[in-house]
Amino acid sequence: MLRIPCPFCGTRDHSEFSYGGDASVEYPALEAPAEAWLEAVFQRDNIDGVQLETWQHLHGCRMWIVVERDTRSHEIHSVRPAHEGLASALAQSADPVNES
Amino acid sequence: MTATRLAKGGYIDRDQLLNFTWDGRTLHGHAGDSLASALLASNQQVLGRSFKYHRPRGLMSAGVEESGALVTIGRGDHRDANVRATTQELYAGLVAQGQNAWPSVRFDAGSISNLFGRFLAAGFYYKTFMGLPPFEWGSGTGMWMRYEKIIRKAAGMGEASRSPDPDHYEHAHGYCDVLVVGSGPAGRGAALTAAKAGVDVILVEQEAILGGDTLAQPQAADNLADQIKALKGAGVRIMARTTAFGLYDGGVAGLLERVTDHLAEPPMWMPRQRCWTLRARYTVLATGALERHVAFGNNDRPGIMTANAARVYLNRFAVRAGENIVIATNNDSAYAGAAELAQAGASIQILDARKSIPDAIRAQAADAHAALRTGAAPLMAHGAKGITALDIAGQHAANWREAGKTDCDLLLVSGGWSPVVNLLSHRGVKPVWDADLACFVPGQTNEPLSMAGSAAGIWNDNACLLSGQAAAERAVAHLGGAQGSSAAPAPGGWQGAITPLYEVKVPGRQLKSFVDPQHDVTTEDIRLAHREGYVSVEHLKRYTTLGMATDQGKMGNIIGLALMAEALGKEIPQVGTTTFRPPYTPVSLGALKGRNVGNHFRALRRTPLHEWNLEHGGTMTMAGLWHRPWYFARSGETIGDAYVREAQTVRRTVGLCDVTSLGKIAIQGPDSTELLNRIYSNPFAKLPIGKARYGIMLRDDGFVMDDGTTWHLRESEYFMTTTTAHAGKVMAFLEELLQTRWTDLRVHVTSVSEQWAGVAVAGPKSRQVLESCVENPAAVSDANLPFMGVLETTLKGKVPCRIARISFSGERAFEVYLPSDFCPDIMDALWESARSMNGCLYGLEALGALRIEKGHVTGAELDGRVTIEDAGLGRMASDKKPYIGSALRKRPDMARDNRPRLVGIFPRDRREIFNAGSLLCAPDHIEGYGEGWITAVTHSPALGHWIGLGFISGGHSQWHDKTVVCADPIRKGNTAVEIVSPHMFDPDGERMYG
Ligand SMILES: [Zn+2]
Repeated sequence: MLRIPCPFCGTRDHSEFSYGGDASVEYPALEAPAEAWLEAVFQRDNIDGVQLETWQHLHGCRMWIVVERDTRSHEIHSVRPAHEGLASALAQSADPVNES
Repeated sequence: MTATRLAKGGYIDRDQLLNFTWDGRTLHGHAGDSLASALLASNQQVLGRSFKYHRPRGLMSAGVEESGALVTIGRGDHRDANVRATTQELYAGLVAQGQNAWPSVRFDAGSISNLFGRFLAAGFYYKTFMGLPPFEWGSGTGMWMRYEKIIRKAAGMGEASRSPDPDHYEHAHGYCDVLVVGSGPAGRGAALTAAKAGVDVILVEQEAILGGDTLAQPQAADNLADQIKALKGAGVRIMARTTAFGLYDGGVAGLLERVTDHLAEPPMWMPRQRCWTLRARYTVLATGALERHVAFGNNDRPGIMTANAARVYLNRFAVRAGENIVIATNNDSAYAGAAELAQAGASIQILDARKSIPDAIRAQAADAHAALRTGAAPLMAHGAKGITALDIAGQHAANWREAGKTDCDLLLVSGGWSPVVNLLSHRGVKPVWDADLACFVPGQTNEPLSMAGSAAGIWNDNACLLSGQAAAERAVAHLGGAQGSSAAPAPGGWQGAITPLYEVKVPGRQLKSFVDPQHDVTTEDIRLAHREGYVSVEHLKRYTTLGMATDQGKMGNIIGLALMAEALGKEIPQVGTTTFRPPYTPVSLGALKGRNVGNHFRALRRTPLHEWNLEHGGTMTMAGLWHRPWYFARSGETIGDAYVREAQTVRRTVGLCDVTSLGKIAIQGPDSTELLNRIYSNPFAKLPIGKARYGIMLRDDGFVMDDGTTWHLRESEYFMTTTTAHAGKVMAFLEELLQTRWTDLRVHVTSVSEQWAGVAVAGPKSRQVLESCVENPAAVSDANLPFMGVLETTLKGKVPCRIARISFSGERAFEVYLPSDFCPDIMDALWESARSMNGCLYGLEALGALRIEKGHVTGAELDGRVTIEDAGLGRMASDKKPYIGSALRKRPDMARDNRPRLVGIFPRDRREIFNAGSLLCAPDHIEGYGEGWITAVTHSPALGHWIGLGFISGGHSQWHDKTVVCADPIRKGNTAVEIVSPHMFDPDGERMYG
């Protein structure tokens, strides 16, 4: 079982979360050509090491977060809100909930 | 073997006599006994029969590694098979039975297979019974078919009850700073040190009482009770009868707490077992070490056990296991017990495989008045149902030779010790072979985890305590406390070195020497596997089944590795090790499932109309997690009668249906319109306020995700409905888009599925029903509420509601949503009105009939593999705007002409019936996947015969004038059908718009 430190709620069991996907993917504009969408939707690296992934705290605050996880050890290096506005607001906040 | 209960000592209560039944006979023991110690004290020697050869087996150990005394506990449905007698606490009235034997373990008719032992060597099953289909189908495999029943009866362990488990179980969750596993010297030291430093400590111990290896020592040696009091005083949370069976990511440990397995009459309110998920910030594994056996002839005979087991029986349970005892060892550890057994009145001989031993150890032998032979080892045990004598081997150069024989009634073996590295292995850390200590010791890990005591290869009690304290200091420092100063002691600690000893054999003598007694794997099996070409330990394990029994190799793995290394001419670490996986000891399936059984297996969702539906004759069915009304049968009606009547009534007058389970999402904010226009494939930019629109959402990959109607309530507020099945998925997808991709859109999405109850009012008289229930009947007039119109108004009693004129049935129809709490009262009013117009209540079955007639799709059709064109809705998709899925829905394969398209299906002979799930095939090619499939069927009251919806390659235009076969080979057989347009009833929608 993974334990994921939700930036809003604190550390919780991974069973409260649902996995999203590769957080390094930049989705193209809706009007972008099919080739760009093929790349974004289907092409994935199979990373042996640290990768960025999105998770949703589905049975918690329902926020989408970006988790930096090592696929070899399941070690989680960092977690931040997926919404960049929230991420920067949280970074400026004096007392983040994030546990060690 | 003559065992004797001592008059004093031990951790038993002599005042509490407990009667129990063993194979139908009443015996007795004391409170504090294990079943094993009570059987031993009662001089029961043969406690089991082996897996393949039905050899008599007795106690081989005193703990979790037991491979001989596997018994069945309990009666009837409560029967629990393969219980180690060594770990079962005795209680009054306990019923235990020997297993794998008939009529009993003492006289077993099946033991004759011992004589055919050579037929059951390694790989016997593979060689004899496995054919290579298709070439050998019927030879090997056919033989297996013929003999399986006989073999299953002869080879096996205990028999499980075939009834449902009558006990109940629980799941529990816990947190702590430091988890300490094991309560021996190291575990107690770690727990006390950590607790005194102010951190929250949980100490788990698999036994009923704390102490670990200390319990195997004479009581005066250690003031255990005071130590336990100190632990409690320091705030350590102690969990006895609890096994840490697995270690997982993130400091999570799986614990099995045996709550009532030791109770004669467990109270009903207590679970039998509790499965804990414990999250610890640091873990100290003080899990101890297990003593190893040695392979020699008949080393599985009753009366042969580990040296430490006899010490446990003596000092913990006050049972002297024999009178005339031979101790065979290759290390120092067996000597302490020798003196204690001698003091209890036994005569002792010691065979030490080592050539030379330290003087202090010699002195311990002298204390025991023991005859000591160095360079000597056991060669073969005599005696059928218990050891009576032992052939001795003496060392001659590098080999063993026969060196006499001695009488004995108990043989104690110490082949060295194996640290319990299992839990660390669960974390993917490979153990490291320590050639000096002849054992695997823990490898390095970066996780917040330490091994302590003999689990780290430390043999001396005081050093174990120190290593526990040092581990606790590391834990405290990790948690941000003070840095410790203690250095962990080095592994080892015996005065004389161990001489590795795995097997004793002499040239020219055939011996039956067991490596894994639980699966009857012998030394010859291992050598046979090697001769047949096996070189990998992992393959060897599977071929011989070594280490694959319920003890998972606790007894035999190291010997197996050593023999394989010898055969390959390598050292043990070059041959490899085996990976231990959870659970450390068996965990019942009941504990893993906890209370998630029967109706509690998954969550149940009830609509606010649940009771109302039941009171009005509804029969319910499952729709995902929801309970929804299926049909409302009147007296004498079958389900078929009921839904046909309900569907007919909807088309003739009016019907009411609970549609609360549809997903409902409030979409609010200035950019709501923009969001909807991006996620729906059809245009939403110009939907007027007060109008609803049917929309289809695609996934990124261009396939259909979901459909539903979205209502424009106010400038920046919409009310979206989704299908019941995809409500959660759509909600999560909208949240993903708004939080990860379109973070500039000012929109809030909120699930309001629970807040708004929904009722469909459908049929020609639906408007009259609504008029009688709203405060302002004019509000629902045709002019004010035309097709696809939306209205926020109040129902009688000032209940706010939302009404849209939308139709799933193809009739003039409305969906009415209102706050959930008001729903039953409003339903009373709607029903009173509908009933006065000869209306009906209808359920999912009629709903299905009505929508199939109209060719409306649901989750059965939108199964994730369907494009918007496949569903026949391609003309809805916009070409003027980009939206989710618009790029990828144009991929070449998705534009193929012969993709399966939605069609309607009629039986060629209109009297025929056919089934959903059937394949649609061309008449001359009824095989494989066919040309398509049927998703839904119903009897159509409007058309008067059975109809279906399905998909077929190319769709209606390809097949409309051809006969198609509906193939249903394992149910109904083949039916000739016609392919028609999916819009089978009122294709122009005159009834709906009118
Ligand atoms: Zn959260």
